[in-house]
Amino acid sequence: MKKLAREVAVIGIGQTKFGEHWDLSFRELGIQAGIKAILDAGIDSKRIDALFIGNMSAGQFLGQEHIASMIAEEVGLTSNQIPATRVEAADASGALAFRQGLLDIASGLHEVVVVGGAEKMSDVTSDIAAGFIAAGADQAWEALFGATLPALYAIMARRHMKEYGTTMEQLAAVSVKNHRHGKMNPFAQYQSEISLETVLKAPRVAEPLGLFDCAPISDGAAALVLCEMELAKEICPCPVRIAGTGQGSDALAITNRPSITEMRATKKASERAYERAGITPKEVDVAEVHDSFSIGEIMAIEDLGFFEKGDGGPATERNDTTFGGVIPVNTSGGLKARGHPLGATGIAQINEIVLQLRRKAEGRQVKDARVGLAHSVGGTGGTSVVHILEVV
Amino acid sequence: MGVARYWRQQDQRYNLGGSKCTICNREFFPSRTMCPICHRRSLGKMEKYHFKGFGKVTSFTVVHDPAPGYRSQVPYILATIELEEGDLVLGQIVDCPPSEVEIGSDVEMVFRKLSEEGKSGTIQYGYKFRLK
Repeated sequence: MKKLAREVAVIGIGQTKFGEHWDLSFRELGIQAGIKAILDAGIDSKRIDALFIGNMSAGQFLGQEHIASMIAEEVGLTSNQIPATRVEAADASGALAFRQGLLDIASGLHEVVVVGGAEKMSDVTSDIAAGFIAAGADQAWEALFGATLPALYAIMARRHMKEYGTTMEQLAAVSVKNHRHGKMNPFAQYQSEISLETVLKAPRVAEPLGLFDCAPISDGAAALVLCEMELAKEICPCPVRIAGTGQGSDALAITNRPSITEMRATKKASERAYERAGITPKEVDVAEVHDSFSIGEIMAIEDLGFFEKGDGGPATERNDTTFGGVIPVNTSGGLKARGHPLGATGIAQINEIVLQLRRKAEGRQVKDARVGLAHSVGGTGGTSVVHILEVV
Repeated sequence: MGVARYWRQQDQRYNLGGSKCTICNREFFPSRTMCPICHRRSLGKMEKYHFKGFGKVTSFTVVHDPAPGYRSQVPYILATIELEEGDLVLGQIVDCPPSEVEIGSDVEMVFRKLSEEGKSGTIQYGYKFRLK
């Protein structure tokens, strides 16, 4: 595999608290995250060459398209008319915006780029929001027949249970663990623990998945400053290297895939990212994975190569994916507890990995973390994006 | 939504109308302009193919929390069905309680109302399945 033309580092991070922000607009959320990241990087905003924003559906949630220009102006970046671009791949939009920022610098086009992700979901009722989220699935051949995102993941879950013996308790253990982690994250939507019994007894959304198997509806934004590596070493005391990037796609409808118990897009995206980084899954110290539904995390930790296919459930039950285990997964609380403002999620995941690699994650710090991985999925797996970051 | 959006897919939704690649003889549902295996060799060589409508359940869910427009159908069974020809299709299973459905159940296609866009909107019809 050829090397990228130039190496790129993350030099600044920022995010809003995730949750229901009735008092904050999309613009205000975007600004808060952007300004934090720029201040964290300690750079003059005049040095910023370009902006990429991940956003799934402001057009549906707010009736507002063309948001890259809007955010650029609000963050004060339009004085020099820098290029501002919105990137969309359902709830992998943020991760994909990050990748575009990375490629933008690696290509030699720009030196310093801000990438952000934002979603404002609470301005509509939850059933309307569920309909918008389902737009990440196939409208003509899934949604029209009554499919929602939870329903499609539920179908994957039941098949996974049939093929590998995954249990309801193992699915529930994912949410229990992620809430336990989220309790230590001041930016998380839910900073409270839940019991296995609460998860198992919750009302069913789409059997076998219940309310606590599903990530919530959230408002939030996150941002990062990326910089060409040589410059980053000059201006930043703690740059974090982007060691690997991988993206994969698959059929939009789950019925057009040969298997619904794995995500081929994730397997391929991670293979590409591992190869570029020159590492194996065993060398990853901490990972943020896409647990929009509990079964999503179980499939992810298998497809990313952390565990054998079918061992995702047992591994979670064995505490292999928490602190002190084989690989701590979703130390931020994941999508389940940190919250899942669709377009912001992929950027928030990188925020968490950078915090871990800077050793600034406080109570949830993974000891001696040197290599971190972030994994983001669009919809049911039509897009998957994997990034590997490492300490310089 | 405009009526044409649903109208143009009527044969596919009403009759399980898919397509067949005459190069490799694979059937596809939904129909395709180009065979994803034969690529350009299949251009102009795709034929209409109507699936027989028999298959087996490969997985399913019972939906309690639906998208807008499906509230009146709750709870409903949504399944992936492997058709006899080998293609997978997603559809509801009707005319039975959820407890009677299993992975492996034999089903056949039936023609039903899928959804309606409010009181004055259009009604969509198409395939659902029932136990055989």
